[in-house]
Amino acid sequence: MIQVDHLSKRFGDKTAVDDISFRVHEGEILGFLGPNGAGKSTTMRILTGFLPATSGTARVAGYDVFSDSLNVRKQIGYLPENVPLYLDMRVNEYLTFRAQLKGVPKKDRRARIQEALEKCGVVEVQNQIVGTLSKGYRQRVGLADTMVHDPKILILDEPTIGLDPNQIRQVRALIKELGKKHTILLSTHILPEVEMICGRVIIIDRGKLVAIDTPGNLTSKLRGGATIHLEAKGPLGRIKAGLEGIPGVLKVKGEDESVALSGARTKTHHFVLETDKGRDVREEVFNAFVENKWVLLGMKKEAVTLEEVFHQITTREAEETAEPLPPGEGPAPKGGIKETVSGLIKKIKA
Amino acid sequence: MTNSITIFKREMISYFYSPIAYIVIAVFLLSSGYFFARILALSQQATLMYSLANTQVILSILAPVITMRLLSEEVKSGTIEMLMTAPVTDFEVVFGKFLAALCLYLVMLAPTLLYVVFLGWVGDPDMGPIISSYIGLALMGAMFVSIGLLMSALTRNQIVAGVLGIVTLVILFYLGFAVSGTEGWYVPVLQYVGTYDHWEPFTKGLVDTKDVIYYVSITVLCLFITIRTLESSKWR
Ligand SMILES: Nc1ncnc2c1ncn2[C@@H]1O[C@H](COP(=O)(O)OP(=O)(O)OP(=O)(O)O)[C@@H](O)[C@H]1O
Ligand SMILES: [Mg+2]
Repeated sequence: MIQVDHLSKRFGDKTAVDDISFRVHEGEILGFLGPNGAGKSTTMRILTGFLPATSGTARVAGYDVFSDSLNVRKQIGYLPENVPLYLDMRVNEYLTFRAQLKGVPKKDRRARIQEALEKCGVVEVQNQIVGTLSKGYRQRVGLADTMVHDPKILILDEPTIGLDPNQIRQVRALIKELGKKHTILLSTHILPEVEMICGRVIIIDRGKLVAIDTPGNLTSKLRGGATIHLEAKGPLGRIKAGLEGIPGVLKVKGEDESVALSGARTKTHHFVLETDKGRDVREEVFNAFVENKWVLLGMKKEAVTLEEVFHQITTREAEETAEPLPPGEGPAPKGGIKETVSGLIKKIKA
Repeated sequence: MTNSITIFKREMISYFYSPIAYIVIAVFLLSSGYFFARILALSQQATLMYSLANTQVILSILAPVITMRLLSEEVKSGTIEMLMTAPVTDFEVVFGKFLAALCLYLVMLAPTLLYVVFLGWVGDPDMGPIISSYIGLALMGAMFVSIGLLMSALTRNQIVAGVLGIVTLVILFYLGFAVSGTEGWYVPVLQYVGTYDHWEPFTKGLVDTKDVIYYVSITVLCLFITIRTLESSKWR
């Protein structure tokens, strides 16, 4: 459906998109992931014919985006970043205008608009002036616009940005639903979003394509192994040492050390174990507890999400580079999504 | 072409939702009504010739106000991205917007037909110059609006676009005046480029092809440059 070959875009001497090639197959939902300024929006603008590429080619539904732009645009429903709408029109006027512009035949128009209004949940505001709508509703009007002419391909630039949690869920559900009928390319910085709705993910950073795979494969490629949470009673230091001795355990974090240091032996401790790829150490852990007569209150193996992988990577980096930390203080939370994504990117490149 | 009509309709909706249309019409009616009444009282002649001759300066100011936001606002608010990624050509966009501005301009002129009715009631006006004046006003409007539209394509700030348009039109208006009475090779050139000499014959009942060609060619030229500007804005 979409073929991108060696696409580059330069603004002056700044390279926004650098020799990117990928395919989007029919019926697939492809996620475009990358930190701010990675070149996601620029790539989408080239695909929609809004910007010309500096070099390379892109074909959408078989048409070249440059030489056959009009045909490309007929196949695409595009939601730009920030959803620019005419604020002075009423919602139904706006959608009527857009449907006409996109060549929806007159006899189908009412039905198409009605369907778009219903699917995007904007029926009740259809007579309201767009400028008086909240951000979330504008986003939905933008989405209704992308689908009003029933295009083969939807290109959505950060469709859930600025929505409240309920609306995010609704919009994600809507995109998944749309994915049954349309080929979708969407961009986001939100990792769980990609896991939830995308069949495949492209990760780009500073204009370069870093990875392209299914979210599942990416996670397992990146993941050192599973994370195991333990709840235990006993001498914290010795339990920790014991756990570290188990083959397959990469790292142990005792999270309740401050309590332990104050001498309160009966307090419970939480341990987080990171384990090697493809090894289940739960049995050895249990045996270690039995041998040493420590008390094991609970054990839970966690399926690692993409986001946690990202977070782990960055915190690991932080630990490696930081001064040795005093006991009890974990690595300073290095939060920001940007760091986590760039952490992932470093890991992939390594 | 259907796309131009679609864009035309949207712009008309937008004009009448905003105060711009009403303000422009009110200003025009007040000022042209004032001239009409004053001149009628002074000349005691059943003619529109003098009062319409005076409207040119008013129109030089109002036409750019009509056009100033047409393209600049699209670029500033980002709606240009929605517009240009729909299956429309640059020509269709520019032409649709041009039609809308011209239409509002004509709507603004329409109430002056009441003056004609009034003249017919109080006297016996010569209809020839009146009809030719309206033809001239329409042609002049097309040119003014196309110049205003071009200015709107050149900047993303609508106030700047409006001021540029007004300055251009006022300079064009005085160009012919400024050199009249002087001598030199540039005098006929400036008089041809200036708008005043082309407008005056219409008020006297003359529809000269030379003047028609002047208005039409400048209109086409400005629309062409506007389309080119829009195209090249992609190549940032
Ligand atoms: N019109 C422009 N002129 C100059 N530079 C530009 C232009 N548009 C984008 N850029 C630059 O190109 C790079 C990529 O921008 P782009 O908007 O594609 O990033 P993005 O991945 O969409 O980021 P975000 O997540 O913040 O939306 C940025 O460094 C940006 O500054
Ligand atoms: Mg972006």
